[in-house]
Amino acid sequence: MVEKFKRIDGRKLNELRPMTAKVGVVPNADGSAIFSFGNTIAIAAVYGPRLLHPQHMQDSQKAILRVNYDLLSFSVNDRKKPGPNRRSQEISKVTEWALSPVIDLKQFPNTVIDVQIYIIQADAGTRTAGINAASMALAHAGIPMADLVCSVAVGKQDEHIVLDLNKAEEDFEEGEGATDFPVAKLANSDEYTLLQLDGNIPSNRVKEVLAMANSACKDIYEVQKNALKEFVK
Amino acid sequence: MSSMEVSNATIETLSTLFAENKRFDGRKLTDYRDLKVSLDVSNCAEGSARVILGKTEVIVGVKMAIGEPYPDSPEKGNLSVSADLLPLASPRFEMGPPKFDAIELPRLVDRSIRESHIINLEELCVKPGEKVWTVMIDIYPLNDDGNLIDAAVIGALVALKNSVIPGLDENGKVDYKHRTKKKIPLAANLPLSITLYKLGNSIILDPTREEQEACETKLNIGLSNLNGKHMIHSCQKGGDVPFTQKEIESMMEILPAKYDHLIEKLKKFL
Amino acid sequence: MSTLKIMARDNYQEKFDETEEKESSMPVQQEGFDETISKKRKVVIPGEVIVSGEDFLPSDGTKRSGDDIVAMRYGLSEESGMVVKVLPITGAFIPRRNNVVIGRVSNITMNGWVVDIDWANPAFLPIDESPRFINKNEMDQFLAVGDILIAKIWGMNQRGIDLSLRSRGLGKLEGGFMFRVIPARVPRIIGKEGSMISLIKDKTGANIVVGQNGWVWINAETADSAIKARKVIEFIVDNFHQEGLTDKVEDFLAK
Repeated sequence: MVEKFKRIDGRKLNELRPMTAKVGVVPNADGSAIFSFGNTIAIAAVYGPRLLHPQHMQDSQKAILRVNYDLLSFSVNDRKKPGPNRRSQEISKVTEWALSPVIDLKQFPNTVIDVQIYIIQADAGTRTAGINAASMALAHAGIPMADLVCSVAVGKQDEHIVLDLNKAEEDFEEGEGATDFPVAKLANSDEYTLLQLDGNIPSNRVKEVLAMANSACKDIYEVQKNALKEFVK
Repeated sequence: MSSMEVSNATIETLSTLFAENKRFDGRKLTDYRDLKVSLDVSNCAEGSARVILGKTEVIVGVKMAIGEPYPDSPEKGNLSVSADLLPLASPRFEMGPPKFDAIELPRLVDRSIRESHIINLEELCVKPGEKVWTVMIDIYPLNDDGNLIDAAVIGALVALKNSVIPGLDENGKVDYKHRTKKKIPLAANLPLSITLYKLGNSIILDPTREEQEACETKLNIGLSNLNGKHMIHSCQKGGDVPFTQKEIESMMEILPAKYDHLIEKLKKFL
Repeated sequence: MSTLKIMARDNYQEKFDETEEKESSMPVQQEGFDETISKKRKVVIPGEVIVSGEDFLPSDGTKRSGDDIVAMRYGLSEESGMVVKVLPITGAFIPRRNNVVIGRVSNITMNGWVVDIDWANPAFLPIDESPRFINKNEMDQFLAVGDILIAKIWGMNQRGIDLSLRSRGLGKLEGGFMFRVIPARVPRIIGKEGSMISLIKDKTGANIVVGQNGWVWINAETADSAIKARKVIEFIVDNFHQEGLTDKVEDFLAK
């Protein structure tokens, strides 16, 4: 008899970790939010549209969306030296690409909209938690947006496609090993703004990944929506 | 949020208010704002704390690593304190090389902690001359509404008091996943920072960001309750306006009661 | 094999073309907040459907998507008749023509004053737009660097924002102090036809000027009335969405 596959923390294959979300956590910022997947906690703050220094970086056609993502030193077990590194610079850029399609940047030429994302506690899925927090923070900042962006990491443990890996699952080595497939999409349409992959997945199974992501994003959207509505109570 | 600096008219108004022993939020000149503290900001830190002082919020984490001792102290562990003024916390904080504020904050916090000798560095020696523990205290403001220094030292003290030493595996490498039950060896005296700010002839404590910018000069004091006395371990004047002797003496008189009041509020975390 | 498509960036412009902000021209007598139509207000988020029906007309912060009127920003949706818009409740100040703003002089040039109005770029007050004739070599006697003023945005173009002092109620603000609140909450501070701000001025005896860019200037005779005026304004900003706010403010002022 084949033993049924069990995830390390006992979740079902398509089960998200418990999520929390709160808006307005940084009073100084124009918009701010915290979002967590299980033990992964991300905080985001938005400032802008505001002055962009130096002037030559300004775009006369639209606002610049400037994203800065980083891990706090004690968010991981092996202390991360303060300051951006290549990984955080790359994640900053893909996060910018994940968020900019929903923002009407053309309304604010010659300005910058700054999005600051920091991970307070890391247990995999940090960039996805960061995007979810940033999306709420941008809305909270009153930035004109067509939709919210929802992000989740689908993954694979051996041959099983699973949702929202934690760190232990990322280190899984049996069978086909672990695959990490973070994605982001618009909440109310099937347009994907972030696609990244580490591992191995047959091309004919990507459909399953997207289906799982689609469904998970509906739940994530509800959490984001409630946090934004709770703020005005 | 605005990055406009406080205006001269506002500075004059604050000066008048202070002279009447009044502040916009109803406090007296030497009152601290509401203080809230909590632990366990990150489960990857050896210890961590969150401090909310009025609207100022700071998180502090303690990490430990094994390394070589400094050549002039082969049997002592090491302490290093860092602070990053995240652009998240204020429209005034920018990315890029640190301005003076960003350099001053960790140095003042470092002196408050280090000069109190609260960490028993000798007990952090694993193998003399070869292996010692380094304690790294990292400070991150999450919202700057003034008085980051005092809030940061409270956070560092509480985080240290609640930090646990990581394990060592059979090869002598740090195993963060299996912590010991042993707390960082600390002395009995508890360091705090009390920073006094001056505007005109008024001295205030725990300013909001607006009040802090209006003030002309400050005196940062690191002190602890060493052997029953209120012992000052470090001190630094910042700003180009002088203090008179009388002012310095009267500031010294305020310190003991303020220190006791803050320690009382922090008791359950210490 | 399913193809993964990422929409080209240009396609997104379609989403926004219909919602270019309609210029809301507000007279110098600033528009306040009318509590009486609060029933038709609800908190909406970007992408959310507010109402459905072909007779509705999308206005500020909304767009038509098929049958639906969809929110294009976070805020309070408001339906007045068939017109649907989203009122901002948070966010940075976005300047619009005819806004009345409080600013601070940061520089004096040959032709006028450069004024910081808390926007990405400074505004400019041309010497011709001062309330009376000012001689070119007396400019700093009228307005010096650091001086505070209340002005109207009379022009916005590629070069920048132009201010004017040529209306009643505009000009230099002497003495007092200023502080910032969330600009979206300013209508609440002013109230329907200025009722809220008049109430505060009455009960505190303070002189108060509110800029649409969120800056508030107060000049009071006593420290206590200055403190009270600021506290009540901050109370309104924090409780902007509460029902019966006017009553709560009256109670606050009576203490």
